Order: sequence, then C-alpha cells, then structure tokens
Amino acid sequence: MAATKKLGAYICKGCGIADRLDIKQLVSTATRDGKMNVVKEHDFLCNSEGVSMIQADIDSGEVDHIMIAGCSKRAKTDAFSFDSVAMSRANLREGVIWVRPESDDSEIEETTQEMADDYIRMACAEVKFMTVPASSGEQGRTPHVLVVGGGFTGLKAAVEVNKAGYEATIVEKSGALGGTAAQLYKSIPGRSPFADPQQPEIIDLIKQVESNSKINVHLNSSMDNIGGAPGRFNADINADGNIVSGIFGSIIQATGFTNYDAGQLPEFAYGKSPDVVDQLGLEMLAKEANGGAIKRPSDGKEVENVVFVQCVGQRSEKEGHLSYCSGHCCLTSVKQAMYFKDQNPEVDAMVLYTELRMPGAGGEDFYRNGQNKGITFTKGEVSEVVPGSNVTVKFQDLILNEAVELEADLVVLATGMVANSGVNVETCASEDDDAEAAAVNKEQAVLNLDYRQGRDMPQLVNGFTDSHFICFPYETRRTGIYSAGPVRRPMDMVQATEDATGAALKAIQAIENAAIGRAAHPRSGDLSFPSFRKEGCTQCKRCTVECPFGAINEDEQRYPLFNEARCRRCGTCMGACPVRVISFENYSTDTVGQALKAVDMPDEFDEKPRILLLACENDAYPALDMAGMTRQEYSAFVRIMPVRCLGSVNTIWISDALNSGYDGIILMGCQKGENYQCHFVKGSEMAHYRMSKIGDTLEQLNLEKERVQTYEIAITDIHKVPKIINDMAATIEEIGMNPFKF
Amino acid sequence: MKYRNNFLREVEANVEEGEWVKRCMQCGVCAGSCPLGPHWEHPPQEIFMMIRAGKREEVLSSDSMWMCTSCYNCIARCPRELPITHIMHGLAHYATRLGLVPENQQTNKFAQKFWDNLSKKGRVNELKLGLSLYFMNGFMEGIKTSLKMQKIGLGMWKTKRMDPMEILGGHGCEDTSGLQAMLKKASEIEAAKKVKV
Repeated sequence: MAATKKLGAYICKGCGIADRLDIKQLVSTATRDGKMNVVKEHDFLCNSEGVSMIQADIDSGEVDHIMIAGCSKRAKTDAFSFDSVAMSRANLREGVIWVRPESDDSEIEETTQEMADDYIRMACAEVKFMTVPASSGEQGRTPHVLVVGGGFTGLKAAVEVNKAGYEATIVEKSGALGGTAAQLYKSIPGRSPFADPQQPEIIDLIKQVESNSKINVHLNSSMDNIGGAPGRFNADINADGNIVSGIFGSIIQATGFTNYDAGQLPEFAYGKSPDVVDQLGLEMLAKEANGGAIKRPSDGKEVENVVFVQCVGQRSEKEGHLSYCSGHCCLTSVKQAMYFKDQNPEVDAMVLYTELRMPGAGGEDFYRNGQNKGITFTKGEVSEVVPGSNVTVKFQDLILNEAVELEADLVVLATGMVANSGVNVETCASEDDDAEAAAVNKEQAVLNLDYRQGRDMPQLVNGFTDSHFICFPYETRRTGIYSAGPVRRPMDMVQATEDATGAALKAIQAIENAAIGRAAHPRSGDLSFPSFRKEGCTQCKRCTVECPFGAINEDEQRYPLFNEARCRRCGTCMGACPVRVISFENYSTDTVGQALKAVDMPDEFDEKPRILLLACENDAYPALDMAGMTRQEYSAFVRIMPVRCLGSVNTIWISDALNSGYDGIILMGCQKGENYQCHFVKGSEMAHYRMSKIGDTLEQLNLEKERVQTYEIAITDIHKVPKIINDMAATIEEIGMNPFKF
Repeated sequence: MKYRNNFLREVEANVEEGEWVKRCMQCGVCAGSCPLGPHWEHPPQEIFMMIRAGKREEVLSSDSMWMCTSCYNCIARCPRELPITHIMHGLAHYATRLGLVPENQQTNKFAQKFWDNLSKKGRVNELKLGLSLYFMNGFMEGIKTSLKMQKIGLGMWKTKRMDPMEILGGHGCEDTSGLQAMLKKASEIEAAKKVKV
C-alpha cells in the first residue's frame, strides 16, 4: 500500500499557527508517526510561493499523496487544488488554535498541542489510504435531452435546451402539443403593468418547436423503458405502437398536472348543473365566446353575474381533499373574472375567497387591476352550491359574519393541481416475482425507469416530484432526470417558464459532467465513484435499497451495479455495507477508520479522555469551523473527522473507535424527516436509524449508552456545537473513562 | 340587490372619493387603527364590505361614519392608500342629502350648528357656538352645562380669551352680504345635483 505512494506533508505556520503551536513537534509527528517521506513547513502556505513549493514537489514526482496542515479543508480550496494527487487536510486553525484559549498555562498548552499533533497523525493516516481518483472510463457525451411531456413546460425546456446547442426529443402522450396551456383562452400576464390577461405564449412556442429540426416530437407516445445512467440513458419510446429507441444524455420530466375532479365534492353541484364549471371549463366557454359575451351552458343565456369559488377541495385536511395550495388559482380566477369585465363592465363578477394568494412579481398589481375593473372580492366560505335554473351559492360572509344565499348565472370552481408523477415507488406493489403487479405499475408509470428502486421518481410530498424545494430545486432523487413545471410543484406558467429553464440548465450540467466522468451535483466535479470488492460481497442488497438516489441496480449475477453517473458520491452505500466492501478512491472505511485509529490514545489513568466527532461536511463541519471563526472554545479532548454525509458512517467506525479507546462518540448530521436538510435526502435518516441499533451493542459491551450520541445540526448551530462537545466531555467525566484502552 | 355592484356604483357616483371603495382589500388595519374604534358599530373595513354587499339602507342610515373625528390614522396606515377619512365624511354627507341620517345623531346636529354659526358672518362665533352646543339637547341641560362650565368661562373672560359682548352679534368677515350671495349660489348648485343611482 504505502510502498508505492510518495507521501508529502506541508505544514503552514501562518494565521498565528506558529505562535500557538510547536511547529518542530508537528514536523516530527508528521515524520515519525505520520511516516511522511517529505515534510516541509512554510510561513504562508496558501500564498503563491507556498503553493508553487507544493506544485514543484508534485511536478518533480517527489510526492503524489499530500497532507496539508493549516486551515480547515473548507478554506483556501482554490489555492490547494492540485490535479493528479490525493490530498488530506489537517485543520490546525479553525479546529485547534481558534477554539482553544491563548494561555501560558502549561496544561492548556499541552492539550492544545496534543490536539494539533493528533490532527496531523489523522490526516497522514487518511491520505495513506487514499488513491488518486480517476474517472471510470464508462463515460460518453450525448448532447441530447429527452423531454417527457409536450405541454408548456416541456416545450419551453426543449426550446431552451436547443438554444444552448443541444438536441431535444419530446415525448407527448396526447395527439397534440401544448397540454393544458393550449386549452386556455388567455394567460396570466407575465410582464408589467400586469393589467390584462395576455395572449398565451403557447401558440408561438408550438410553432417554434414544430419548425425546429433539432427538436424531435413523438405524439401519442409514452415511455416504455429507460435504462442506463446520465450521459447514456437508453430509452424506448412507445410511439403510437412502434418502439423507437434512443440514447440520451439526460431527461427532463415535465408531465404536468391533472385538474382535481370537482365531481368528488357533492356539495358543489359540479356535474349536477351545467352552469357549475371548473376553471378549465370556463376557459372552454371563453374560447367559444372568443371575445363576445360568455354564455352559460344550460340555456345559452349571456352571463350577467358570475361567482368564482376559491380553494375548492384544496387547502383542506378533509378526506379526499388536497391539503396544499395550488398557487395559480387565485390569479386564474382574477384573470377569468376579467374575461367578463373586459367584455362588459356591467357583468357582476365576484370572487369568494377565504385567503387570497397573489404570488409572483405582478400578483398584487394584477389583483388591484381586478379591483379597479370592478371585480368584487368577498371573504366568504362556501357551504353549498345548489343547482337550479339559476344556481344558488350559499356562503358565510366572513367580514360581515352572516349567512348569504346568492343566485348566479354561472359558478366557477377553483380546483387544485394533482401532479402527473406516475407510480409512487415507495408505496406501489412490489414487482418481485409478480408479473401482474409489474404490468399494473408499468401501465401507471410515466418514465418506466429500469431502476431497482422503482419505475418513477420518488415523490417528495403530496405526490410532487422534487428532492428539496428550496436548496436543490429540479434535482430530484434520480441524477440526470430533472422535473419541471407542475409535476414538481404547483405553479402557473410564469413560474413554469423559470422552471423549464432551470431544468434545462441542470440537464446540460448532467450531460457535461457525465461526459468527463464527474459527479453532477451536489459534489459537482468529484471524480471518485464507489466500487466494491466483488469477492467480499454477500449480495445482501443493502446498498441497492439504501442508496437515496436509486443509483445501484443488480447485474445478472445479482451483484450491485453502481452506474456511477447516477451516483451523488454521498457514500450512503459505504455506510450501509455490513461487510465493508464498498469504497471510493479517496474516501473509504479505511481512510476514516485508519485516521481515527491514528490518534495517540492516552491511557486510562491520564485523565485525558478522547472524544471522536464524526461531522457531516455539509452543515455540521462548517458550523464547527464557524464556531472557531467566532472564537468559541471547546474541549481539547475532541477529535473531529469530517464525513461526506452521516449516511456514509459505517458502524465499524464506531466499534473501532470504542475498541481503540475513545471515551465518547458524537455524530453530527443534518436535519432528517419531513423538513429534511440532508444534502443527500436520506443519508442523515439512515445514519440515525443505524445508530439507534448501536445501543444494544454498547450494552453488550457493558458500555454506557451515553457514550454514543447522534445530533441533527444545522449550519447555523454555531453556538450549539461547542456546547454539545463540552457536554460530552462532562458526561465522560461523570461516567468515567472507556475501559477498553490498551 | 345583494352582492351586485349597483350600490357600489351609486357610491362611486355620489360620494366624495367613493371610487376608492372597491380597492379595499379587507385587511382591517383601519379598524384596528381607529382611536374611536370601539364606538363604531361598523368599522370602515366593514362599511366598505357592506357597500359591496349592496346593503344600501344599512350603510346610509348607519351611525358609524359619523364617529370619525378626522384623526387621519387610517389614511396614514392604509396599505392601499384609501382616503378613508374623506370617504367617511363623503358617506355622511351623502346620507344627509338623502335624509337618511339617524334621528338625533349628535355629530350631525353639531355639524349643522357649526355650519349655521359660521355661514352667518363668515367667522365662527365661539361664544354662540358653545352656548348652542350646551342647549342642543334641551333648556334644562343647557343651564346645567352652563353652570358646570361657569368657572372656565369666567377664567377665559378674565384672560381675554372670550368676549361676552360677542353675544350681541359678534365679529364677521368684511363682506358678509357677498359671502351670503356666494353660499346661496353654492347651495343652489348643490340642490340641482341629482342623486345618481
């Protein structure tokens, strides 16, 4: 292992490190304990002189594995960016001198120095077990995006992709392009002054797509199968009965929404009276009228008064209702009321709402313009719509607090959006040896992915396909497949425009990264990928189940097939593997395991406990760094080891740490559950689950449960993290040292 | 007609600043800001909703808009910048024109006394205005109030803040007859205005 590796250690003396620490001692630690071939110190390592010193050693072939001791691995990443070497960092600044008090007290000086020495030992051990990452050779560049769904969002995405120089193929299940947008008479204005309904963009968009030779369109088509990975998705399109196969670099799912069926709500008389319509029904009437007076369906009488009822079957916890707000319906009702008012200001148009939501830059202006046009807005809750020659709306006026019955020529119901997200892969019937279930799932699925974790993308909430609304829009839980438009989140066309463009950019990012074998996101540019030692694998399938991104399939021999272009490099598979055969070139059970064992462990009677802290490098580690930047002190007994995601923590590290004498172990991951903050969606959740099982092991070892603690840490918890460390130190003082110190 | 626009249109046509009523978004900041809020049967926000709901009689015969003391808190705070104070006075004025003011409405009565006092000579005769206010609700109450205010009156007399001789006619503007002619013409124009429904 280390024989062929040329190891170099570079110790920075800047930022006060030399004033606080004994550099000679650090050099000797790196040389003797770290067994580094080359050990150099520098006054200011991140300046051009320092960097070129390292680069010169690399260029001369003297080193190919380097350990840099200085600031946190999150700092100066631009300066310390060397190609073709493996690198580890020892955090002496944020992790040692900034969190320890400046004092002449020899005991404090001693423990602080020990901390620094241990970080050097850890980083040296870590780099020794790394190899230089190189892409797999599996990659290829396919500048072609598959767009599933030929509605507004899909067309927009295809056009955007094409403008950036990529080919696009649109698969549309119906016989015409345009989707719901094509059914609209006019659309909500997207530009100032947001005063009037505007001509829908869709007509122009369809023309653009149809006249573009680089955008292929399959109508009456669906997805029969999608296999492969970003850069090399092989898709079978069922085009009107014929299977057309193609290779695509990435996929955009823009399958839109289905209107909630108002017929499920008997109290609103939808279906019982032709004069009760939903918003799409009114668009049809407006299209028929084409600028003339809108006529009611029952007898063709020109509508003199119309009532719009908001939040029909939505924003409600009632059985069968949609619990969420669909985001566009208030705007749509105002737009539709304007159809009447613009044609004839004498028509009474009333919007009955409980809370009016006017999202977007122009929402409020549009509302005001609606008021100026004389639309009446009444805060009221509708209890019943009674069919009849004139429809009667019964409602409670919430401002005047009285029950009202009002006759209307036409009632328009604002129902919500239901995402066309296909099968719910988490709840659908298992297809294992069940051909019938497989057929049903295949019929319902939109994408028909050949992924072990299911045929469609996992849904985030309420059937919408997303991975994180705020932090990672579009990214979904299937790398290289991006959702956009109302299948991702309820939205109107203004937002869908933005969404389509965003997803197009993501799709391009995935293609280009896959082409050079790098991770797409969030570890964009990472060249390493998981591989496994086949002879050790027991085919337990934990990795294929636990991967938050469905990256891992099974090969013909039932071994895991990693599809590295699908991988986000979180290492959850590595944490899951009970036989520890999965590793990355620069991140493995060895790199972390050896690092934590490299710590110089004082014996039981030294009264110097050691606490291991495994910190998620996305939120917890920066929080710890910031605790240092704000000069908060914490115990010198802690040794912090960053991990890619708490999901990558293999329980072997915990038992190794306890066996090698650590007195306490702290794990810090991101918030899990419904409002998760985990960059890898399920990683933190998996880690918490695994750690919940550690308690039994500890009890069997006759160790106190308090010795291993798991926390959910946000990046802002900079005052919480030092307290957790200090509390652990206090706990150990109370319960005593780990008896397993050898 | 309930919840039809006819009364709203009537208000827009006849009430000063009435065209603003439709722009209320029912946030209730005016109602919460009014220092006399608890004394209003229907705060401005509710009045606006009642207008939209077509409650013509209830609005115009309401006591509420007469409660406005023109402190302008609501105007300062209205996020939609409605001139609420002016609309309240506009509504009160329109109700007066239509003869729909509730009987014995105190603000209305005082407003009439103030106008009568002012329009006579073009200057407010404070002594007469004060006394007419004391006696507004009957002779006995007038005597009682006058006796109660005796000390203050004497104090004002001593410090020359009030001239008892004002009771004999009092001061006025330079051209009283010219003023009278102007006012007469103005009231003719006002009377000629038709109520637009």
